[in-house]
Amino acid sequence: MLTESQAWQVLDGVPDPEVPVVSVVELGIIRELRCSDDGLTVVVTPTYSGCPATEVIGLAIRDSLLAAGAPGVKLETRLDPPWTSDWIGDAAREKLRAYGIVPPGDRAVSGAAQPIRFVRKRLTCPRCGSNDTERLSEFGSTACKATWRCRSCLEPFEYFKPI
Amino acid sequence: MSEHDITRAEHIEYVLRLADNVLILGQRISEWCGHAPVIEEDLALSNMALDLIGQSRLLLTHAGELEGKGRDEDQLAFLRVERDFRNVTLMEVPNEDFGRTTVRNFLFSAFQVLLWDKLSASTDRALAAIAAKSLKEARYHLNHSAEWVIRLGDGTALSQQKTQAALDYLWPYSAELFADSPVDAAAAAAGIGPAWSALEAEWEALVLPVLAEATLVVPARTPFKSFGKFGRHSEHMGHLLATMQYMQRTYPGAQW
Repeated sequence: MLTESQAWQVLDGVPDPEVPVVSVVELGIIRELRCSDDGLTVVVTPTYSGCPATEVIGLAIRDSLLAAGAPGVKLETRLDPPWTSDWIGDAAREKLRAYGIVPPGDRAVSGAAQPIRFVRKRLTCPRCGSNDTERLSEFGSTACKATWRCRSCLEPFEYFKPI
Repeated sequence: MSEHDITRAEHIEYVLRLADNVLILGQRISEWCGHAPVIEEDLALSNMALDLIGQSRLLLTHAGELEGKGRDEDQLAFLRVERDFRNVTLMEVPNEDFGRTTVRNFLFSAFQVLLWDKLSASTDRALAAIAAKSLKEARYHLNHSAEWVIRLGDGTALSQQKTQAALDYLWPYSAELFADSPVDAAAAAAGIGPAWSALEAEWEALVLPVLAEATLVVPARTPFKSFGKFGRHSEHMGHLLATMQYMQRTYPGAQW
């Protein structure tokens, strides 16, 4: 029988399938773990409504906990409060940067009142450190990332979107 | 939730409108996958379609639970007939070109940002949770499409002409978003969500400055009316459903 803290450790070894450098725990999508005699209930929140990785993540969570000795695993989806990139911790942010993905900046304000902004912010290139960068698209290879390019080293890179 | 103010059927109808709008637009936008003018926009449009279809899955699941007849998201998406869909006609008209696709995304995402914000305080707790999540996604859609509307409208002579043609075509359909109905009144009274007509002034305040910056001329309102949210769709809806529902209609119950 797994203890709760052992289960957290197991989950910290489950990588995000799209960004394998961070675990599902570091990403902040595991909201709660409950132990009972029947097994574990894992409460997961999706990053984006349409994230295709959600189901793969569920399978990976189940498989890893069963392999570690949990008698049963139940997955529960929780939407409230909605996931925010603020839940990604500092250590995970550095891992993202080392992997070539600029970690998310400050979150957008809440409510509908956010003005439409056309002033581009500048990011620091995760490869060469230059600030001479530009955004190519608000969207990228996965729902959670935007596409940028560095004008100094000419390399493309990704930005984990604040949400 | 106060069951006295709204019937179960009205509640389901209100949720289905939300669900079908994002489902049908998600289906439309997904047609761009592999066909967009540049790779960045191919990714952007596919990502937005994914967000919308993801939102529709949550909403359809919720509608099915409210209905209590055991229908899940797949049954509601793939096995309803045209007259049972509650999306506004604006969602189903063809993409035509990148200009029309972009202008529609802009008009609709501006509406969604306002609507999701209001709905995140819904007395329907499940709906409020879906809204709070979707609001974050809709903001990106709005920013992205607004930037493109300006770039295209205030762009070359050709892009200006095509974007103006898109606005002229779509603008009459946008009126349907704000058409009143008893369902809206009941939903507003019960605190489920706003009557959509109550969002019109805020929507115009959000949309008109961007259209002006894009040097586009906003058409005058005309008597034209569309009725998609009441189940009376345009000739385009059947074709869209034929594509979207093909697999389940041909192989009922197929799973993969």
